[in-house]
Amino acid sequence: MLNDIFIKPFADMAAAPDFLLQVLWEGLVSGILYALIALGFVLIYRSSRIFNFAQGIMVVFAALTLVGLHALGIPAWISVALTLAVMFALAVTIERVVLRPLVGQPDIILFMATIGITLFLIGGGEIIFGGENKVMITEELGIPTGSVLLEPWGGLLILEQKDITAVLVAAALVVALLVFLNRTRMGRAIRALGDDHQAALSVGISLQTVWVLVWFIAGIIALVTGIAWGARAGVSFALEVIAYKALPVLMLGGLESITGAIIGGLMIGMLEKLFEIYWGQPLLGGNTETWFAFVLALVVLLFRPQGLFGERIIERV
Amino acid sequence: MDGSRTDDSTEGQETVRDEGHVVAEGRRIGPVLMELRNITLRFGGVVAIKDISFDIREGEIRAIIGPNGAGKSSMLNIISGFYTPSEGALLYRGETRPPMRPYEVARLGVARTFQNIALFEGMTVLDNVMTGRLTHMKAGLVAQALWWGRARDEEIANREVVEKVIDFLEIQAIRKTPVGRLPYGLKKRVELARALAAEPSLLLLDEPMAGMNVEEKEDMSRFILDVNDEFGTTICLIEHDMGVVMDLSDRVVVMDYGRKIGDGTPDEVRRNQDVIDAYLGVAH
Amino acid sequence: MLYRTAGQFKTSYKADMALFPVRQDAVLLAVILALVWGVFPLLASEFAFQTLLIPILIYALAALGLNILTGYAGQLSLGTGAFMGVGAYACYKMVTLFPWMNPVVAILLSGLFSAGVGVMFGIPSLRIKGFYLAIATLAAQFFLVWLFEKWGWLYNDNASGAIQVPNLDMFGIYVAGPQASSLVQYYVVLAVVTLMTLLCINLTRGNLGRTWKATRDMDIAAELIGINLLRSKLMAFAVSSYVVGVAGALFVFMWRGAAEPNLFDIPLSFRVLFIAIIGGLGSILGNYLGAILIVGLPVVLNTLPQALGLPISSATVEHLNVMIVGALIVFFLIIEPHGLARLWALIREKLIIWPFPH
Ligand SMILES: Nc1ncnc2c1ncn2[C@@H]1O[C@H](COP(=O)(O)OP(=O)(O)OP(=O)(O)O)[C@@H](O)[C@H]1O
Ligand SMILES: [Mg+2]
Repeated sequence: MLNDIFIKPFADMAAAPDFLLQVLWEGLVSGILYALIALGFVLIYRSSRIFNFAQGIMVVFAALTLVGLHALGIPAWISVALTLAVMFALAVTIERVVLRPLVGQPDIILFMATIGITLFLIGGGEIIFGGENKVMITEELGIPTGSVLLEPWGGLLILEQKDITAVLVAAALVVALLVFLNRTRMGRAIRALGDDHQAALSVGISLQTVWVLVWFIAGIIALVTGIAWGARAGVSFALEVIAYKALPVLMLGGLESITGAIIGGLMIGMLEKLFEIYWGQPLLGGNTETWFAFVLALVVLLFRPQGLFGERIIERV
Repeated sequence: MDGSRTDDSTEGQETVRDEGHVVAEGRRIGPVLMELRNITLRFGGVVAIKDISFDIREGEIRAIIGPNGAGKSSMLNIISGFYTPSEGALLYRGETRPPMRPYEVARLGVARTFQNIALFEGMTVLDNVMTGRLTHMKAGLVAQALWWGRARDEEIANREVVEKVIDFLEIQAIRKTPVGRLPYGLKKRVELARALAAEPSLLLLDEPMAGMNVEEKEDMSRFILDVNDEFGTTICLIEHDMGVVMDLSDRVVVMDYGRKIGDGTPDEVRRNQDVIDAYLGVAH
Repeated sequence: MLYRTAGQFKTSYKADMALFPVRQDAVLLAVILALVWGVFPLLASEFAFQTLLIPILIYALAALGLNILTGYAGQLSLGTGAFMGVGAYACYKMVTLFPWMNPVVAILLSGLFSAGVGVMFGIPSLRIKGFYLAIATLAAQFFLVWLFEKWGWLYNDNASGAIQVPNLDMFGIYVAGPQASSLVQYYVVLAVVTLMTLLCINLTRGNLGRTWKATRDMDIAAELIGINLLRSKLMAFAVSSYVVGVAGALFVFMWRGAAEPNLFDIPLSFRVLFIAIIGGLGSILGNYLGAILIVGLPVVLNTLPQALGLPISSATVEHLNVMIVGALIVFFLIIEPHGLARLWALIREKLIIWPFPH
């Protein structure tokens, strides 16, 4: 028993390093998508204290819209542009209809409102697009679908080209976001808002504009993740679960930390895969990915309540 | 409120009095209740309190004064167990107090108010004051769920105590009002009521009059004196208004930059050159 | 003049602390009790029992449990569904291991198991706060549902992986399983729910309730006035999970009749959370109002198009439902963030001073 837990998994890893690499690669692909989604959360949280539960359904919604538009005969890239327009309209609507009337309410109320938005989008999405699983328009978007074979240590490592594309695009988006946040006036306003509302307002950008913007960014992120994940697993409401995975990432990385979201996402993506393959499947009957990330985050937080990257919380009276 | 009477009739105890304010006949200052020995408190590199010793005697009103950031609130926080001193010891009734969680300190009979009001905003005034009694309530889960036996008796008995405190502080009219709706001055008073309801043997007040107008300050001063006179409660308070401090207190500790620069009766402190320097430019 | 309180003076604190210091409240409650105990069961159809009466009571009870933790003690939980599952599986194991056991006793005991599990997952709450804690409760949610699926012993290794409620009787009358009648089940549920509600009212208005509210409103101050926070929070987790667990056992044994692990998944947790929040956090009454709305609304929406003769497929109605519930949540949060219970309190206040508003 102890052998199965503490020795055998590592022996297996050493015996087949190419397989280990394969596992890590798969974890990395998920991880970067988790990181991306977590980043969307962090931006919204920092600028408005809203814990946006609708992030997951936005992924589904964006992917469904894209596929749906294409099915109407609209060329792929125009569909992407139109989907972005839809996400922008969604951001504006949410700000006008939901956020503005709820300004200043307790956190939990705003959180509930985003669950309300989630339900609304689920119901609406099902009516407009139907609930069945759809195929992502991977090829139409020019995403290569072949695979790259590598032979490290004489073993075999298969990298799907669409995964490589996903990683590259996601990484590019992360970098673009970082540049935007650090280099532009608007970006700095968003970051400042997390620290001090007054300071942010003095930059001369209205709160409303910032909110529409962060929700739109969340929409863009949703579309990219939707395409990347949809290319692997198809497009359906089941996609929503990957947004849940962003939650433990937030716990680990801290609700307000941009670095935390990125590193936390990669860590969780890889660790949960490792655990599933080397411990979960042989010992626990598999499917441990549903909870592993949460339990990991829970354990880490027990020892570091501020998360891995959060600042120490100082309580005063 | 009789449980907290601490006037003991020890003969020959030195009685510290200040001619400047009216002291009820026969009020006595008892032996040392709480002693702080060589207390140092650091936050990382910041030294908030540096090697301070002083004591609080039973039945007295002890004031801590000093400029902003001197470390006064930190001192109260140490007494109430919210901060653990980096060095030094606390002695309670002559015995070293081991490191304790704040709730354990509260159960020893230390109650307090806060510089920034810390009431339970979602509860009524009555419920807030009732929370002051919870260290006195022992009924178990089942008795409470059934509202039976000990649970009900306790609820009634403690409600009586609380109503006395409410009468004493003249807040009957707002009894059932949610605290969130009260103006600042009344909140301060409710906070005092919550602390008094605990029938503490040591009452800590962190700037009880901050932000009040003259009239409210007079009311509050009267309440503090009355508490001390009528129930003999030992009080340690922080206050910026020099006039109030000089009127109310028996002895004063003066802090500056985490050090103690003066200790004695209001008159002694007023004449102390270090204190005058620290307060240079501040009228008093 | 309906709600005039003039002339009703309290002469003792005991009288002031009575459950219903205002006489009209007591009368209103008496009317409601008469309706649910006497009139409804006489008039209700099988359809009304199964789609309205029984589920409203059970959901209200689950929301009441959650409300203790979230509304009174201020600890946001997203794992209610899984704790209902613990209650349901515990009950299932008890009645199959000890077939002689009185089913109602089994239901009441099953809450103890969820209370235990609740306390375990509540331990981190001392260090983890706010949304971090909410995510931590999701750990319980996902882990427990996974466990329900993987741990064959829990469902007696049924090939289907589901639990099936056997016929259970009490003094010769079937109260659970295919043979039980809706009327009997309704009364069992009503009795349990009434009892739980009474106990919860007492807990929340007494010392423990104040301890919880203090913990919720300002935990640092609470600790400084003598509250042991860990104890206060764990107590909230225990009591809350107990009630939720009992609700879960009722949910499967008195209503659904069978359950698969995914029944207790996130959607159930959220449905209960909606009820608690739309009803009003920190309120007992609100859970009932919220349950009536959330359970009743789909029923109304389902029958409406038929009644109007609109040709809408049932799947569309289903989805419209979800959409409307989502919109309603936002709507209610905007008009009254404190929920239906606060809305009722405002109306009641108006009635008390009516017809002389000043
Ligand atoms: N938890 C803490 N962490 C770090 N530094 C702290 C903490 N609490 C207090 N300090 C620092 O200790 C010093 C003393 O603070 P304290 O609040 O005790 O002052 P004070 O005398 O009460 O001032 P005021 O009159 O403004 O209330 C300050 O420099 C403060 O910044
Ligand atoms: Mg201070």
